[in-house]
Amino acid sequence: MPHPDLIVVGAGIVGAACAAEASAAGLSVEVLDSGFAGGGTTAAAMGHVVVMDDSEAQLALTALSRRLWTELASELPASCEDERTGTLWIAADEDEIELVRRKAAVHRARGIAVEELDAAALRDAEPMLREGLAGALRVPDDRVVYPPNAARWLLERAEARGAVRREREPVAAIGDRRVETASGTRHAGAVVNAAGAAAAALTPGLPVAPRKGHLVITDRYPGFCRHQLVELGYLKSAHGRSSESVAFNLQPRRTGQMLLGSSREFVGLDARINRPLRARMIGRALQYAPAIARLSAIRTWVGFRPATPDNLPLVGRWETVPGLWIAAGHEGLGVTTALGTARLLVDALLGRTSEIDPSPYSPMRAFAPGGHW
Amino acid sequence: MTSGRVRLRLNGRSTEAEAGVTVAAALANAGMAGCRISASGEVRAPLCAMGVCWECRVTVDGEPHVRACMTVVREGMEVETLAAPRASRRTPDDAVGNVEPISCDVAVVGGGPAGVAAACRAAESGARVVLLDEGPAPGGQIYRRRSGEAAPEAFASWLDRLNRSGASVVRGAAVYDAFASTAPPGGWRLSARADERVLALAAARVVLATGARERFLPFPGWTLPGVMGAAGAQALWKSGARLAGRVAVVAGTGPLLLAAAASLAKAGARLELVAEQARVRSLVLLAARLGASSPARLVEAAGYRASFIETPYLPGWWVAEARGRGTLEAVVLTDGERVVEVPCDLAAVGYGLVPNLELPVLLGCETRRGAAVVTGDQASSVPGIFCAGETCGVAGVEVAMAEGEIAGAAAAQAWRAGDTNFRRLVRVRDAGRRLALAMDRAFALRPELRGAASGDAIVCRCEDASFPAVARCAGAREAKLATRAGMGPCQGRVCGPALEFLFGWDSDTVRPPVQPATLGALAAADDAVAANGRKTSEESA
Repeated sequence: MPHPDLIVVGAGIVGAACAAEASAAGLSVEVLDSGFAGGGTTAAAMGHVVVMDDSEAQLALTALSRRLWTELASELPASCEDERTGTLWIAADEDEIELVRRKAAVHRARGIAVEELDAAALRDAEPMLREGLAGALRVPDDRVVYPPNAARWLLERAEARGAVRREREPVAAIGDRRVETASGTRHAGAVVNAAGAAAAALTPGLPVAPRKGHLVITDRYPGFCRHQLVELGYLKSAHGRSSESVAFNLQPRRTGQMLLGSSREFVGLDARINRPLRARMIGRALQYAPAIARLSAIRTWVGFRPATPDNLPLVGRWETVPGLWIAAGHEGLGVTTALGTARLLVDALLGRTSEIDPSPYSPMRAFAPGGHW
Repeated sequence: MTSGRVRLRLNGRSTEAEAGVTVAAALANAGMAGCRISASGEVRAPLCAMGVCWECRVTVDGEPHVRACMTVVREGMEVETLAAPRASRRTPDDAVGNVEPISCDVAVVGGGPAGVAAACRAAESGARVVLLDEGPAPGGQIYRRRSGEAAPEAFASWLDRLNRSGASVVRGAAVYDAFASTAPPGGWRLSARADERVLALAAARVVLATGARERFLPFPGWTLPGVMGAAGAQALWKSGARLAGRVAVVAGTGPLLLAAAASLAKAGARLELVAEQARVRSLVLLAARLGASSPARLVEAAGYRASFIETPYLPGWWVAEARGRGTLEAVVLTDGERVVEVPCDLAAVGYGLVPNLELPVLLGCETRRGAAVVTGDQASSVPGIFCAGETCGVAGVEVAMAEGEIAGAAAAQAWRAGDTNFRRLVRVRDAGRRLALAMDRAFALRPELRGAASGDAIVCRCEDASFPAVARCAGAREAKLATRAGMGPCQGRVCGPALEFLFGWDSDTVRPPVQPATLGALAAADDAVAANGRKTSEESA
């Protein structure tokens, strides 16, 4: 049997997107996963497709990725639960209104539609929020998808173009244009490590650490809220280095369910529910949306974001191992940036020029002069 | 109290119901077949009638997702059925509720026979005991009755004993979380919701007497209003539904079918037939075994049978399909070769009972073949946690009471194996457990039942995941993520045992909350945990 052009290790949203993009470009692809497609961090993800502007590089990648999701929207089956909910970045007080203005300017400069809402307009947009909030930035084109099925669908797209999926096939090691599995050594023209939270175990030296988060989902309350709601302080939580943090992040699912996040902590792969942290997380949400107190919560779960020290993913060639490429370290933005990541990666594999500068995401940046890790 | 009547509004129409009945019973008595609209738009009605399946959700006084089967009617109550679930109209200020801290030596979860016996014995041994019961009154499913109605004679003496024992009983308490306390002196924490209250219980030791639920197997049409569990139909009747004149078929498996059929006959339903999936040969062997070792059980079975002696009892037959436009009109039965259609408006179909293991599993107790593993004094594999009754495997009321007493004594640290009285309890338990194994063998599910689920039957009723969609997946977790099977408010309690039988899949992991709880309750009770931890560290500093 001939070797495939590319082996993708990991069938999460990022690996699935890479497989779809590579097979669309005409490469023969094999995807390996220790479990099943979309069953790892992807299964625990919220699925918020969102433009984030913490850095120029983050903005470029999220904006590109959101555009790619929007282009796919008409093809996504109902099981992917794609919906253009928009995002409301909520300003609790007048100080945060200043952040709304700044954020609006940054988005507009990129040609991204935004709308500044004052207190009254915010209440019109989401009447269930508490009174007294100062306003919000509305980003109308942000979306929500159901991540495990989106990963599955991307993989099916790849399979339709000849890609081969091997689930329940744990990869023990990645070497020079080969991977070691229980069933033997598999060779390929190139290998992509897209193993999410497990990426660092397969490529020693990769700066990816699991960052645990909790989510709580409620029973169905159609119409309770319409936008994904995020507090403006979210970035402080997402990008702060503190050991434990929470932020208000509420998502209306297409089912009418409310999905509530978010928490962040570095505790390895301990999958137990941290009850006090979950209480802080819900408590934070109650400060913005006290009406959620009566909603019936039916499940809690945790997931492990593959976090990097500078909050940017690792996409590109891993120069110390021939033929090894990385698509990992997407922290809490893997669903959003999966499509942009896949585009950049396949561009690089084929020597094509990318529409955004890929260098900020290079996994080698840690070792560059001035690399700050 | 039960003789009175209350006025309530059903979908805006003023109506009367007998006091003490559940909302589910009141709806049935008012001729309203449906409770809620499912994810795919079907009308749904009670299935289990004992708080497990969440099919009977209605809006009560503006609060959506209230289980009609667990809610007793009140004067002035407003009930809406088939409504889109709007978030509560009530102001959120009263939502979180204050956490009520309670501490005790022994917490007993479950107010059925095992839990009541455990609470009695532990309290009589001098322990401070709190019994948390989700039902409106202790008695569990077997002694279920209308709220305020006197308990049956067999159980009334236990209730007297419970009252005298000094154990305190919290009714309507749904335990949604349990965990080891991190603060000295250790012990266990239980979080429960009782109406608007959030209880944070601290206990040195815990007895889990969580009982069992009915096992359901999917077949085409089983989501039609009118198709219920066998125990479910019995429970609905016990909680006040009038079944006189209903045309009923009882089907499934196990000794419970006889009891359910006897109840329906007593309720005045026209019982068309009882279909038992087990083969005649299995039943004959079981009867011989009972005749030799437990003739009282044979007499009991014969007594049930006598109450519906005109009705055919067909071993080796099962339900292949339920038919009807909007509501049940007929069931199709088969023995694998022949097929008959029987017109009816009530099908009571249950495939035995399965232990409720969510709390034992959450606490880390070892389980084997779907039951908690215990030692001779009912101790689980986790020190300080005891299990009794159906939690340790379905074996009936006598075993449950014996195990409850043993567990209660052990949890109160008053268990002395050699004591004469205790020796009697051990004998009852051990004989009952042996008999239960024989029953399990006799009523083992036939593989042909898997065929009944195929076609496009819905497997997960919460999320309306169909058999073909689920069958494409390679395991329970994959099915859950791809089709949502098991992701609804029943948390897989209905489809989990079915998937286990159909595909051999183990259920996914158990995580808190193990019952739906409001976000306010989660925030408040978890906050109390955090506060407790802080307080302790300050004290020790």
